[in-house]
Amino acid sequence: MLAYIIRRVAQSVLVLLVVGLVAFSMFRFVGDPVDNMLGQERTQADIERLRVELGLDQPFPVQYGKFLGQAVQGNFGLSYRQGRPVADILLERAPATLELAAVSGLMAMIGGIGLGVFTAIRRRGLGANIVMTSSLVGVSLPTFLIGILLIYVFSVELNWLPSFGRGEVVRLGGWTTGFLTESGLKALILPSITLGLYQMTLIMRLVRTEMLEVLRQDYIRFARARGLRERSVNFRHALKNTMVPVITVTGLQLGSIIAFAIITETVFQWPGVGLLFINAIQFVDIPVMAAYLMLISVMFVAINLIVDLLYFAIDPRLRLDRGTGAKA
Amino acid sequence: MSDSTAKQPEPVAPSRLRKVWESDFVYSFRHAPVAVVAASMVTLMVLSALFAPLIAPHNPFDPATLNLMNGFTPPMEPNAFTGEVFLLGTDDQGRDVFSTILYGMRISLFVGFAAVTLAMVLGVTLGLLAGYIGGWTETIIMRIADMQLTFPAILVAMLIFGIAKGITPPEYRNDMAIWVLILAIGLSDWVQFARVVRGATMVEKNREYVQAARLIGRRPVSIMVRHILPNVLNPVLVIATISLALAIIAEATLSFLGVGAPPTQPSLGTLIRIGQGFLFSGEWWILFFPACTLLVLALSVNLLGDWLRDALNPRLK
Repeated sequence: MLAYIIRRVAQSVLVLLVVGLVAFSMFRFVGDPVDNMLGQERTQADIERLRVELGLDQPFPVQYGKFLGQAVQGNFGLSYRQGRPVADILLERAPATLELAAVSGLMAMIGGIGLGVFTAIRRRGLGANIVMTSSLVGVSLPTFLIGILLIYVFSVELNWLPSFGRGEVVRLGGWTTGFLTESGLKALILPSITLGLYQMTLIMRLVRTEMLEVLRQDYIRFARARGLRERSVNFRHALKNTMVPVITVTGLQLGSIIAFAIITETVFQWPGVGLLFINAIQFVDIPVMAAYLMLISVMFVAINLIVDLLYFAIDPRLRLDRGTGAKA
Repeated sequence: MSDSTAKQPEPVAPSRLRKVWESDFVYSFRHAPVAVVAASMVTLMVLSALFAPLIAPHNPFDPATLNLMNGFTPPMEPNAFTGEVFLLGTDDQGRDVFSTILYGMRISLFVGFAAVTLAMVLGVTLGLLAGYIGGWTETIIMRIADMQLTFPAILVAMLIFGIAKGITPPEYRNDMAIWVLILAIGLSDWVQFARVVRGATMVEKNREYVQAARLIGRRPVSIMVRHILPNVLNPVLVIATISLALAIIAEATLSFLGVGAPPTQPSLGTLIRIGQGFLFSGEWWILFFPACTLLVLALSVNLLGDWLRDALNPRLK
């Protein structure tokens, strides 16, 4: 068990080091940083001075080590485009993305588990069939089309909800929140549906499959034979035992929600980190790209690690063979 | 499965065509209406993309044929100034939407097929090497695969696109965009192929026919390509079909986000990006038709992949 944890942690650190190397190489090889920082009027002496100042005259491993040291402290330099420290820009944008991700994640989980149980219990019912068929279409529908469709129906035709931005936000220390104003809450609805829908269908299909599997087993039949109520059998006995894979997949999906937020944020011009990243790619703003990459990898690797360890903690059977599972 | 039918002794040798028609594979295809419809849709779309220059009533990329007066003509209605009628209307510059969709589909499908081919070649090669050679080669390849699998493919593709864009000089960026896009999507998608092929190769390499080939002195490369590869191709075909749908959607997403096909070579995603700008002013057709095309294309390929997965899975027989 301990050996497994150590190996997993070592693996995670390795992943981060490699991602760091990619991020660093972006600085080093994509465009010339000296070129980016000095204006048109420069002398050879200026260039040399800046090279020494930036440490570009040192060997590659030394530079990489320094980069990692800086990155750990959250220092990624100045954005080429905005001329401000990247860390500041990211911190300013983070609340918008995190609030959006939290709401859509919650929606995906509640909706997904609810619909999954429903379609499993009423397997042959009309309602369940409608839900299943529409979920198939939902999986084929690209996220951005869902967003556009929602904007068309609820903003253009019905004019109920705003189509872009976060609405009014309230500042709480370093955090801006849209939860406290009416326009902020309204602005959250469409983006979080867009972002959560795909994850919801995934969770729903998974819960359904697992439920169907569990409902066939003897202890469920026995619970029925004991005369327990349907509700008790379905939720207290069956659903509980579907939770292991559901938790794993949901955990892993948390990372994708942050990543897919890029698409949703672009559709709704939501002022979050994802929109920042897309703009950074369009304008080849390397420091922002590198910082975002590092930030999101730390998040992904941490989530993966936690899910793996959690999996291990929840399912005692895995502790015997040195855990090969949890690769969803 | 057609092999097993062929091995049975048959009194009269039927024609080859008849054999194919009656094979299990084709039989199950003929009897799956969803698959037939999906396959016809895909064929229709591929053909119309291939022959776009012949079918399209206008060439959307030839400025000489464009008339700004034709801008914003609704579908099937004569233009207020010129009286011309366009099947699916025109966009702001007077380009025929139907023609831009045909050309856009060409780019979407080209990027999709090329990206999947790249992913397939890369993934199958690495999977074969990892499975057959084992040892350090396998560890390195599979660790890289695991690492990449930690991140969603679309994010990997975006990143590769960003880096490649940074490396290419600004004056070539628009011309290179399509190739960069293929590279980005292809590199983000090889892992599935590699994992499956590696697994299958590890099973196959212990079979007698491989040992026999080794005994008669065949070289490893020839064993991998001529003997093992044909036997692991079934799952590869399924993954390739599903990957094609994913690649088409990925391409559309990237182009929609503005980090894919440039406006000078619009794919379906770029057309949707352009169309979104006219959503509020009431010109719905500029957005609606490209979006529908993309949806039908992605859905058809997906359904075809679903069917193929079941049809080639011996356990479901």
